[in-house]
Amino acid sequence: MVRYFTRLRMRRIYKWGGRPYIFDRKLKSYGFEYLNMSVEGQEAVTTVTPGQYILIEGNDDEYPFVAKLLKFFGDESHKQKKALVQWFLRLSEVPQNKKLLLGRSPHPQEIFYYLGRACDNEINAESILGTVDVQHVPEDTPFPEPGTKDTLYVKLSWDTKAFNVLDPVLMQDTPASTPPKPALPLFPPCASPTATPVSRGPVRRALPTPDPTVMRRAGSVSDTRATMSAGKRSTLEAESIHSASKLSASKILSAKRRGSAADTPGVRKKLQLSIGASPGKKMTRADVLCELLDEEMESEKVISLKLSSSVSHSLQHGCSLSPMRSGCKTPNGQRRFPWKLSSISLDRLSPTALGEQDLSRATTPSRRKESAMAIRKPALGVLAEEDSEDSPMQPIALTPRSKRKSAQLVSLRIRKQLNLLDNTQELISDGDDDCFVPSKKDLQSSSDEEKTDSEEETRGRNCKTSVRTPCKTPSKKKDLQSSTDEGKTESEEETVVRKTRGRNCKTSVRTPHKKPSKKVTPSTPRHATPSIPSRTVPARQPGNILEEARARLHVSSVPESLPCREQEFQDIYNFVESKVMDGTGGCMYISGVPGTGKTATIHEVIRCLQHASDMDEIPTFRFIEINGMKMTDPHQAYVQILQKLTDQKVTADHAAALLEKRFSNPAPKKETTVLLVDELDLLWTRKQNVMYNLFDWPTRRHARLVVLTIANTMDLPERIMINRVASRLGLTRMSFQPYSFKQLQQIITSRLNKVKAFEEDALQLVSRKVAALSGDARRCLDICRRATEICEHSTSHPSSAGLVRMNHVMEALDEMFSSSYITAIRCASLQEQLFLRAVIAEFRRLGLEEATFQQVFVQHRALSRVEGLQPISVSEGLAVCQRLGACRLLLLEASRLDMLQRVRLNVSQDDVLYALKAVRD
Amino acid sequence: MCTLSRQRKGSIHELVQMILRERFCHQRLPEKPVGMESQHKHLLELLRRTAVHGESNSVLIVGPRGSGKTMLLNCVLRELLEVKDVNKNVLPVHLNGLLQTDDRIALKEITRQLNLENVVGDKVFGSFAENLAFLLEALKKGDRSSSRPVLFILDEFDLFAHHKNQTLLYNLLDVSQSAQAPVAVIGLTCRLDVLELLEKRVKSRFSHRQIHLLSSLSFIQYLDNVRSQLSLPQDFPDTNFYDEWNDGIKTLCEDQSVVDVLQRHYNSSKDFRSLHLLLMLALSRVSASKPAIKPTDLLEASRVCMVDSKANILHGLSILELCLIIAMKHLNDIYEGEPFNFQMVHNEFKKFLQRKSHSIHNFDKPVVIKAFEHLQQLELIKSMDSSTAKIQKEYQLMKLLLDHSQIMEALQKYPQCPTDVKQWAMSAFG
Repeated sequence: MVRYFTRLRMRRIYKWGGRPYIFDRKLKSYGFEYLNMSVEGQEAVTTVTPGQYILIEGNDDEYPFVAKLLKFFGDESHKQKKALVQWFLRLSEVPQNKKLLLGRSPHPQEIFYYLGRACDNEINAESILGTVDVQHVPEDTPFPEPGTKDTLYVKLSWDTKAFNVLDPVLMQDTPASTPPKPALPLFPPCASPTATPVSRGPVRRALPTPDPTVMRRAGSVSDTRATMSAGKRSTLEAESIHSASKLSASKILSAKRRGSAADTPGVRKKLQLSIGASPGKKMTRADVLCELLDEEMESEKVISLKLSSSVSHSLQHGCSLSPMRSGCKTPNGQRRFPWKLSSISLDRLSPTALGEQDLSRATTPSRRKESAMAIRKPALGVLAEEDSEDSPMQPIALTPRSKRKSAQLVSLRIRKQLNLLDNTQELISDGDDDCFVPSKKDLQSSSDEEKTDSEEETRGRNCKTSVRTPCKTPSKKKDLQSSTDEGKTESEEETVVRKTRGRNCKTSVRTPHKKPSKKVTPSTPRHATPSIPSRTVPARQPGNILEEARARLHVSSVPESLPCREQEFQDIYNFVESKVMDGTGGCMYISGVPGTGKTATIHEVIRCLQHASDMDEIPTFRFIEINGMKMTDPHQAYVQILQKLTDQKVTADHAAALLEKRFSNPAPKKETTVLLVDELDLLWTRKQNVMYNLFDWPTRRHARLVVLTIANTMDLPERIMINRVASRLGLTRMSFQPYSFKQLQQIITSRLNKVKAFEEDALQLVSRKVAALSGDARRCLDICRRATEICEHSTSHPSSAGLVRMNHVMEALDEMFSSSYITAIRCASLQEQLFLRAVIAEFRRLGLEEATFQQVFVQHRALSRVEGLQPISVSEGLAVCQRLGACRLLLLEASRLDMLQRVRLNVSQDDVLYALKAVRD
Repeated sequence: MCTLSRQRKGSIHELVQMILRERFCHQRLPEKPVGMESQHKHLLELLRRTAVHGESNSVLIVGPRGSGKTMLLNCVLRELLEVKDVNKNVLPVHLNGLLQTDDRIALKEITRQLNLENVVGDKVFGSFAENLAFLLEALKKGDRSSSRPVLFILDEFDLFAHHKNQTLLYNLLDVSQSAQAPVAVIGLTCRLDVLELLEKRVKSRFSHRQIHLLSSLSFIQYLDNVRSQLSLPQDFPDTNFYDEWNDGIKTLCEDQSVVDVLQRHYNSSKDFRSLHLLLMLALSRVSASKPAIKPTDLLEASRVCMVDSKANILHGLSILELCLIIAMKHLNDIYEGEPFNFQMVHNEFKKFLQRKSHSIHNFDKPVVIKAFEHLQQLELIKSMDSSTAKIQKEYQLMKLLLDHSQIMEALQKYPQCPTDVKQWAMSAFG
């Protein structure tokens, strides 16, 4: 459907075409007629004109944004290239919770006309990737058959709240593209953009792609670039495979596409590397490589000569081939040598390949597809495209083979001549998936490779329902390696290569139904749905007033409104709202002791904002919440944020990289993200890089990130943050004061909401008590809850229980606030009490607050003599001491010190004496 | 006939032993927990509300060791599970701070006991972070009315407070305070200051319900309890023996010497665990030939219980070692508890040999060193330096881990202790 050259990190060159006209005098901007895009080092130029549908680089590389180009303009200096667009949305860009509004399963190529206002419709022209075909499908017409897969369809429009039927007028308002099929960029570039509508598939492939010959010649420069991009891609790829089973079919598809796009540079790099790797074997390796390449060139040439319909094409073929050949010859200069060999082996192989094709006819189109991919052989791709333009009846015959499959290509051609164009549709629609190359796995054993291939293939098949042959690339690469490593004679190697190839394709052809799930290790059921089993008997509802009150007073019950935090609510609301409206980012730091409603207030704010955005008062935004206490390691923050943003599961480092990319790259249709970081102090690391990133992202120009952080201490930024972190956090701070008794009272009353369960005085007592101690609303609610229980128990019949009175509340307060030490001392055994007295006596004697057990024990023995008790043995004394230590009435040293362990009191001496006096009286 | 009756008797006394042992070894829960009715009611009510209404709660049961915290909880759970509605509805999760020493292990154990979906067989897969996220997600998905309540029972609760960041406690208590799956967090601990261990955020999320198990048992109740503990249950098969045994127990508890023994135990500790230990020792003396507990049995058991372990060790020492101990005692008297080294002890010992001894031979120095080392191994003396390697053995500073009373007591009981040694020990200064 779409090509993935976005992945190729090519430097694209954009040039204005046509003559500028003044667009806006005031802003001194100039309008332009069209834009020429080309890839560095390549001849091909694509022209984009207003009215065309274009793809725009976004944060999702396999699904670039789609838009209709309205206007080009730039400034005087021609440095900035801007464009006005009308956006289209893919379903994946519609918020998760709104997807259901569609009411049917979406067509994979379906896009929606975007009517919202939230997105900036002015884009940087240099983010344009290329053009795409968009068709308007009337409301009641079904989508066209999946034949033309590279076309996107518009049926509905999306205005951030609902899907509506799209007014066809909207699609046709631009004069430049009156037909629903807009004109596509032409080749050669000099052609006027609107001149001839062409068949799309091949044209597409002519878009800027790296020319291997160029890359080869450019040597290290282009190579490193390829290497880098390939490496990066491969990690992404691994990740996408990793999560593949979770992804929808379309996503798998896209993952593969990505792979296919990735393969070329990777392969190239491989070749080069293996040449350079061991200088000792250099000659042989180079020989082998060149031979292999040459052989392909050769076969291609032969094929094209044999099969092409026009001489001119074959000539062009020759031209495009020559630089490459010379390129690869340079290392050893043995030019002629491989030619013979390859022709021999070609002959040898062709029967096999033919046989195979007879077995599976359907393989052909897809293979052709693969070969048509300009990524691999751009020069040839261009050729093919020309062919298809000129003689649309023979696109297959002219398609250059993938260089690796030269032999099979022969048979392919033959076959194609026999039954021309059975299924052009498939040819065009079929993706480039076959060329998927897991570049990371190059070094793995051949069997592994084969497995991957066939798996990939099956996957592709599953989603596309079209049979295709396995990708030959990996095996080829592996062949290269094995052959170079073993250092056999060339002919031997050649046969080895052939054999493997034959085997490879056969295995994959014969095992078409291997499930992709095989890749997911069965030991880790990653996609287990976390849930607590549901109960067999439904929960009973509260029966009487007290139970009702208790349910309402539970901290978990969400109140209708949050009283007493109006000012804070308003401040946070304004802050977040303004950021969301402006599409900017910012940080806010909120502090306050536990139980003062920080998190609750923010949730309330978000609820209101979400409501506002539903009412279309503000642009849509996403809310993400992480909690420092709910993760095992500060770096898990990245993982959790990414998972909540994109539903991907990756490692912390990778997540950090992805987030970094997401927040620093411009993406035109990005919505604002509101991130709540609870318990911020737990995210502290020695380098503070987690905090740094969290506060740095909002300052990026394109991030559109609002970070709300919560912690307990007001001076946290000053205390634990290094300067550069604290500075990024900024000065937007807010502090939640502990609740006053009036506020607490109001909170309880508003929660009870006219359920008359408490006496007014009782409520006041609770709130005053809590306000004096901590101002923690949770504590207040818990005490009230406990008071209802006490009230319920105090009466014999639960139904006749009246109001919660003063005495109930007093009792509850007593339970919760009174220290248990005194009761514990009173309830201790006689010897324990005696020991405590001995401790105090010894402290007095020493004048210190610390004594060894030995010293205390002397006192203890004396005291027991005074009390007329039988003295206890040292062992017993130690046991008594340990018991007191376990309750933490005493603080003890480690018990291995035996008699020498030091003893301290954990309660004040007065408390002990008070408790003991009361006992004796 | 005679053999038959003896056999019957034998089987009966085995039956008695079995019944009482189960009781004393805490293998069978008592019918009703004694002396903690209000606590029992409170806890039962609380857990019932979680089970029936789906109300989340958190509670701490605090009491000294042996006060019956676990017993209370188990009684409540047993009673709770007898209720029909509750039976299949609650998921108890038992954790122990001594077993789950960090959150990683605790999380795995929770997931295993809850039988969540990432449990394969008996193993829990996934990293620590994944497990935490998984569990939280699972709890978050539940809601008050539809998911089964989970009872988290955290034994040795104070040890969980030492886990890194108190992540587990924070999350469990946070769930208990938010509209997620209903949970009850029940902590058992013997530390009275447990709340001070909780971090302020964790503390705020705890409901501050504490059930204290502090027995205010009087001696009369204690005695009653002993009687009921020793009595046979009513459904005992042999009614004759039943009457006989219970009468015997009644008279036993009225015996003055027995009352004295029990009073001494009561003074020392009120908990039932030490009482059970005492009764167990007495019970083990019941045999077919002596099918009742006599006061002497209890006295003997008490003597075994109360015995000083160090004095026992002293009885097994050689005369030389004993002399060294006495020398150390004198050094302690002279230097007022300052540490000593081998050389000082040896000098003291030699002085004794020269001046007073008639029966003790002169030992070579290596022999004395050996004896000294033996004492160190028995931990009757303890080195004061942390780094033992640096100083020569003879000059390492040591301290005596014995009380004077222990030494004198041991000397009294030491078999065939030479009188000159005894006199030396008794004398004021070496």
